[in-house]
Amino acid sequence: MVEKEDIIIVKDLVKKYGSFYANDHLSFEVKKGEIFGFLGANGAGKTTAIRILCGLSYPTSGILKVAGFDVYTQRDEIKKNIGYMSQKFSLYDDLTVFENIRFYAGIYGLSKKEIEIRSNRLMEKLILGEARDKLIRDIPQGWKQKLAFSVAIIHDPKIVFLDEPTGGVDPITRRQFWDLIYQAARDGITVFVTTHYMDEAEYCDRVTIMVEGRIAALDTPEALKKRYNSANMNEVFLHLARTKVLS
Amino acid sequence: MKRFWGFVIKEFYHIFRDFRTLLILFGMPAVQLLLFGYVITNEIKDARIAIYDQSKDEVTRRISEKILSSGYFLLDKNLQSIQEIEPVFKKGKVKLVVVYEPKFAEKLQKTGVANVQIISDASDPNTANILVNYAQGIINNYLVSINIGQVTMQIIPEIRMQYNPELKGVFMFVPGIMAMLLMLISALMTSLSITREKELGTMELLLVSPLRPIQIIIGKVLPYVLLAFADACIILLMGKFVFGVPIQGNVILLLAESLLFITMALSLGILISSITSSQQVAMTLSLVALMLPTILLSGFIFPIENMPVVLQWLCQAMPPKYFITIIKAIMLKGNSFIFIWKETLILIGFTTLFILISVKKFNIRLA
Repeated sequence: MVEKEDIIIVKDLVKKYGSFYANDHLSFEVKKGEIFGFLGANGAGKTTAIRILCGLSYPTSGILKVAGFDVYTQRDEIKKNIGYMSQKFSLYDDLTVFENIRFYAGIYGLSKKEIEIRSNRLMEKLILGEARDKLIRDIPQGWKQKLAFSVAIIHDPKIVFLDEPTGGVDPITRRQFWDLIYQAARDGITVFVTTHYMDEAEYCDRVTIMVEGRIAALDTPEALKKRYNSANMNEVFLHLARTKVLS
Repeated sequence: MKRFWGFVIKEFYHIFRDFRTLLILFGMPAVQLLLFGYVITNEIKDARIAIYDQSKDEVTRRISEKILSSGYFLLDKNLQSIQEIEPVFKKGKVKLVVVYEPKFAEKLQKTGVANVQIISDASDPNTANILVNYAQGIINNYLVSINIGQVTMQIIPEIRMQYNPELKGVFMFVPGIMAMLLMLISALMTSLSITREKELGTMELLLVSPLRPIQIIIGKVLPYVLLAFADACIILLMGKFVFGVPIQGNVILLLAESLLFITMALSLGILISSITSSQQVAMTLSLVALMLPTILLSGFIFPIENMPVVLQWLCQAMPPKYFITIIKAIMLKGNSFIFIWKETLILIGFTTLFILISVKKFNIRLA
């Protein structure tokens, strides 16, 4: 396989809150087009890292490049090239499906015609045809989640950051949600996703397991399972977390 | 720029789809003004009084007539003994009792001095004060009228109530309500709408987008500038055409000063939303920290000069106080800018201060 270019480069990322290290010297690269998982228990530092990469928070130190741009000096360029969706739900309840799409596409500077084309395509994909003019608060939760993801990539970003996107979602919707993620990856969008569902880790091309602000392991799910002699990712994670506690 | 307008349009959707917001925006000015204008009034009409006339002569009868025909008082009862005074007060209907001493006219004739006692129900001190003053005034007037033609020297003060000749309470309430409502709409509504985005998680999405933070903030407040301004116009028009409050000064200047005050209140709203991320807290902060001082400490209802010194100092830190001074000066006195530049400057100062703090807070939050 041809080695693809690195689209995210992180070297020695440190984020301190007082004397507490939320991110303790993280280093990793994400390849173009891959689904990169960030795993860890709550409070392991996943969200801190993703917020820094998105420009929502400043790092204390370290070298960071996102989509080829420097996190410290080229924030505006980065913003144009990324999409973001957080565990908190992020569409407007009192706007219709179409108005939400139009709004988000609008703030990314898409033209009126382009917005029309893309929203139609999106409705078709999600089979949302008749819901176009319904208020978000009136459509089912599962649809909202999928719609939120589709809106996060409406401007064809190079990378999409998903911060625990499937939190509080039923298993069927989660499965459908991952289908959308695969599709986005096939379309060439790099996916950076944090989760604490270990079964979701199996869906990723490569995963990083975070324990207490550090990277405990980084590899493909298969390699990790082999290395720690585990049947699934849950065992891998428990193994790593336990070693950390013991040491 | 196109991105920015899309954002502003979205904000209008939020406002016009929320019935409660609309009610506050357009129902409240009208209701408040009508309430303050008609219900809460300092003027007193038809207060019930009792008269205990121990003399029952020509003079006392004429004084009583004068009192009762003034329009302020209504006779509830003629008392027959001193013991009846206490019970009529206790019943609560009668607010004032007038007592003439025996042989009133005779004494007045012979010695030039006669006593009339005015007893009032001071469980409501303001009303009591006003009633006593009215009664006193009427009696004095009568004295002056019977003295005419006699040689006795006297000084007759001629009183003119400048700027509000009829002492209408609504003259005072229109500027006050204007300050209160603009404060409420601008500060409360913007802080709510910004914290709502934080609660929903949409704020993060906006911050990740190519929109600049300053565009987000301006986009959020711009609709409220327009709506608050519309409200200011509604209040002024209602004041003029429903209550007859004049606008003596320059209308453009008045509107410009209103816009300045709106900007001040908006920057305060932004400040509030930058130190909190929940709508609940923002609401409480706006109501307690803004509304109460606006009503109590701005000179809107209670004169600042009568407060304890410490509170007077506190009043100086209340932006609405300066705005109320400004609108009163323009509306009632017809003053031009040279009389109110100091207050204007202070409001600009407040605005700058609030914006500076907000920007600083906003940066800290991002770090």
